[in-house]
Order: sequence, then structure tokens, then C-alpha cells
Amino acid sequence: MNKLARIFQSLTSGKLTVIGIPMGWFILLVAIPLLIVMKISLSEMEATSISKMISWTNGLPTLKLNFANYQFIFSDTLYVKTYISSIKYALITTVICLAIGYPFAYFMARAPKHAQPTLLMLIMLPFWTSFLLRIYAWKTLLVGNGVINNVLMSVHIINAPLEMMNNAFSLTIGMVYSYLPFMILPLYANLSKLDIRYLEAAADLGTSPFKAFWLITVPLSKAGIIAGSMLVFIPAVGEFVIPELLGGPNTLMIGRVLWDEFFSNNDWPMAAAVAVVMIALILIPMAILNKAEAKLDGA
Amino acid sequence: MSQASNKVFANGWMAAVYLFLYLPIITLVVFSFNDSKLVTVWSHASTRWYSALMQDHDLLSAVFLSLKIAFLSALMSVFFGTFTAIALNRYSRFRGRTALSSMATTPLVMPDVIVGLSLLLMLVSLQQWLGYPQRGLFTILLGHALLGTAYATVVVTSRLKEMDGKLIEAAMDLGAKPLQVFRLVTLPLLVPALVSAFLLTFTLSFDDVVLSSFLSGPGYNTMPMVIFSRARLGLNPTINAVATVTIVVVTIAVIASSFYTSHIERKRKREMALAYSDSNQ
Repeated sequence: MNKLARIFQSLTSGKLTVIGIPMGWFILLVAIPLLIVMKISLSEMEATSISKMISWTNGLPTLKLNFANYQFIFSDTLYVKTYISSIKYALITTVICLAIGYPFAYFMARAPKHAQPTLLMLIMLPFWTSFLLRIYAWKTLLVGNGVINNVLMSVHIINAPLEMMNNAFSLTIGMVYSYLPFMILPLYANLSKLDIRYLEAAADLGTSPFKAFWLITVPLSKAGIIAGSMLVFIPAVGEFVIPELLGGPNTLMIGRVLWDEFFSNNDWPMAAAVAVVMIALILIPMAILNKAEAKLDGA
Repeated sequence: MSQASNKVFANGWMAAVYLFLYLPIITLVVFSFNDSKLVTVWSHASTRWYSALMQDHDLLSAVFLSLKIAFLSALMSVFFGTFTAIALNRYSRFRGRTALSSMATTPLVMPDVIVGLSLLLMLVSLQQWLGYPQRGLFTILLGHALLGTAYATVVVTSRLKEMDGKLIEAAMDLGAKPLQVFRLVTLPLLVPALVSAFLLTFTLSFDDVVLSSFLSGPGYNTMPMVIFSRARLGLNPTINAVATVTIVVVTIAVIASSFYTSHIERKRKREMALAYSDSNQ
């Protein structure tokens, strides 16, 4: 009776509705799909439907599990190479974004107070322009007879066009370009809160600005560095559009492999297995960074 | 290093980064007014690619489909995002709270290819089971609404966090029912956040190519899908023209909305000041 009354009360107060609606929405569109991906990754190409995976023996349903897809992924050197190369490109992107973005965020936080909102808006504005179109724009800049080569050749800096397209260079440029704001924003949020008195105290005690930067500013902005790196590294690992448009055929990225397994080979179980391994690869660095963040919060 | 040369270095660094961010956008716009068929060689100014765009029925119908999907999915995103944000902020303790908050961040961190693949496999299983839904507008809409909900949740949550809890408590003390509190207090205060969430999720949907490709059926090509398939083949000046039109529209919308939100904010502050001065008399 008591339980019934509680349920009735939570119905009238709206709690059940307010929690139930988003819960149902996300269970249907996030939890169930991920479970289905795991299930299908364990099936063969012909048996993609769940009903076909269940066989009835002695009146009891038994699930046919098939780890062949995973065995194939880990034994085939191309897949292993692709996973390693995805992580490599994501890491390179993260490091370059940090190298460009950290000084930028630092200078922005030191800029006159009245100019900061405008500087910030100018960083966010490209977000609003189509990502796809901006990547396409890099293609027009970088190709052999592209804008950059034409300009450089017309002022005789170079005699033959530079090969900047369809290689690791164009891929890295595209990735750094797309993810740089994701690095700058958390770093700026962190650095603009830095208490300037620490640096003044250090200067009073005779520390050089360079030393003060490494001993005070950088350690205090660790949370921003971690947040920015996470926002760049994680989506970069699974990137598909940038390698497809700028990477050419020789740069290996796992997002493209998944796409090809699905759209070209029509091998859904294999695509699902590639996705599961990719999720695992993303979760590991995320767990490490989350732990580092929690440690910082605790300190 | 002296103070002055420090400043020169800082300004130079910032200018270089801004140039890097805006160079591609500027080239897109400039070369959309180029007469040559080659996207990268300037001949002379013309608007021929804009007239070509007007004749391009494939692209135009894709634009209309994208607008339709973006509008509907943004509405859905704001609806579900508001519920998610309120559930997570209003109720600090309930069973499945961690599950809800991690499910709500999953679409933000998962690569698009995984979100697209998993949604499609779910929808295909559902279709084998129920005979519904067919791949097409509805399935694309679901994918975009899922991604949008995750972003709308973030926007609405940040607004709820800075909102004054006392206003809600006061309304409850004065005997307002939960639904009345929501309609008369929470919702009006949320309006600016809802507007910016709508704009953000609209642009996300209008921009998406990966989810749409997974979830679309025959005959349903969104604008990014058409642009993507052309960009894969090579360079095409009509893409520059479309890009310029979108950039102009988006810039106007962003500026207008920021004016609108600051207007609402000022009005609210004025009214609050007025209310306080009344009560002090």
C-alpha cells in the first residue's frame, strides 16, 4: 500500500514523467543499439537478425556466438595497422593542437578584458559554418593546382607545385584545423581564471617569467590541458569525413575501414566488430584521463 | 625578451591562428564569384555559379530536405534535451541517474560512424520485427534528434545551473503546483537557452553527413550527402556558391540570435530591478 502511494505521488508530482521520458529515449537510441552492435558483431554474415542467432535445442534457446570476426581483426595485419595508425594521427593532432592552442589561449586570457568576448566569438564562429564545407575548402587550397601552390608559384617561391594533398600532411592539417577550437576553449576557460597574484609573487621572489610559466601557469592549467586533449583525441580517432576527403588512399583510419566494411563490402557483422574494438580503444584513454581529472579535483 | 617584443609575438601568434581558421572560409567565398570552371584559378568576377545553383534541382531538393529535417530534429532535440537536463539537475538522486547521464554524453564522445552504425542496426532489427520503420526521412530524423538531444542537454544544463533556485522555491511556497512552476517560472527563464539550443542543434543537423548516410534510404539525400559525394569526386564551383549562401545565412542568424538573447536578458534584469524597487517602497 505504501509503495502504491509512493508511485501515485511520483506520478502526480511529475517526477516519473520527467525522468521517464529522457530515460526511454536514450535507452531506445543509445543502450539498445550498442547492445545490438555487440550481438551482431558475434554473428556471421548471413545471420544478422537476432532470431537467426538463437537456435532451439531441447526446447531451450541457445545463442550461437561466433568470435570469428574478432579473430580476423586481431590476426589481420591491415586491421591492426589501421588501429595503430588511427591512434597515431589522433595523437599527432592532439599534440599539434596543444602546441598551437596553449600559447593562443594564454595570450587570449592576457588580452585586454574588453577585447576578450570578441576574440572568443571569432574562435567559435567557424563552428557555425558547415564542417564539411570547410574541409572541402582545404581541398581547394592544397591540391596540386590549388590556391596555395598557384600563389607560391606566381611569386616564384617555388617552381614546381608542392605535393600537399592526399597524404599525411593534408590529413593532419584538416584534423588540426577542425579540432583546434575544441582545444582552445577549455584552455582559455581555465587560463582566464588563473590568479595573477601567484605570478606576481614569483616575480617578487626573483623567478624569471619563463621559469614562472613552467612552474606555476602550466601545472595550474592541467585540468584545461586534460579536458582539451580529451575533446580532440577521442573524436579524432574515429574521424571519417576528413580522411575521406583529404587523406587520399594511403592514410589508414579506422573510421574509413568501418565505413567500407559496411557500405562497400556489406559485411555488417564485421563492421560491428570493428566498431566494438574502436569503442574499447576510445574507452581506455578516456578512463585514464577521467582518473587524472578526478585526481585533480580531489587535490 | 622585452615587454614590447613579447606583445608583438603574442599578437602575431594570435593573428596567425585566426588566419589559419578563416583562410579556408574566405577562399570558399572569394572563389564562388570566380568565372572559371577551375575552382582554384581566378579569371574574373561573375555570378554564374549562383545561376547554376538555381538550376541544380538535385542540390536544391536536397537543401529543402535538409532544412525540413534540421527544423524537426532541432524541435525534438530541444524537447528531449530539456527533459534530460531537468531530470539530471532537479533530481539529484534516483535509480539510473548515472546511467542516464552517461547515455546522454555517449553521442557527444562516440565517433559518428559508431552512432550511425548502431542506430541503423537497431532500426533494421526493429523493422524485421515490426515491419516499421522504413529507412528514410524518419530514420534520419531520429539520428539527428539523438545527437541534438545530447548537445541541447549541455546547453540547457548550464543555464539551469546558473538559475536562481530561490525563484522556484518561492513559487512552490506560494502554492504553485509542479506543472505551474515549470510553466510560469522555469520555462520563461529557460527561453534564451532554448533558443540557442535550437540554433545549435539545427546547424548540427544541417551539417551532418555521416549519420544521414547510414540512416538514409533510397531517394532521401540531404544537402551534406550531395556535397560530400561531389567533393569526393573532385572540386566543383557550385559547392562554393552553396557554401557562400549558407555562410551568409548562418552569420545573420547567429548575430540576430545573440542580439535577441541579450535583449531578453536586459529586459529580465530591468523587470527584476523594478520588482525589487517596488517591494522596497
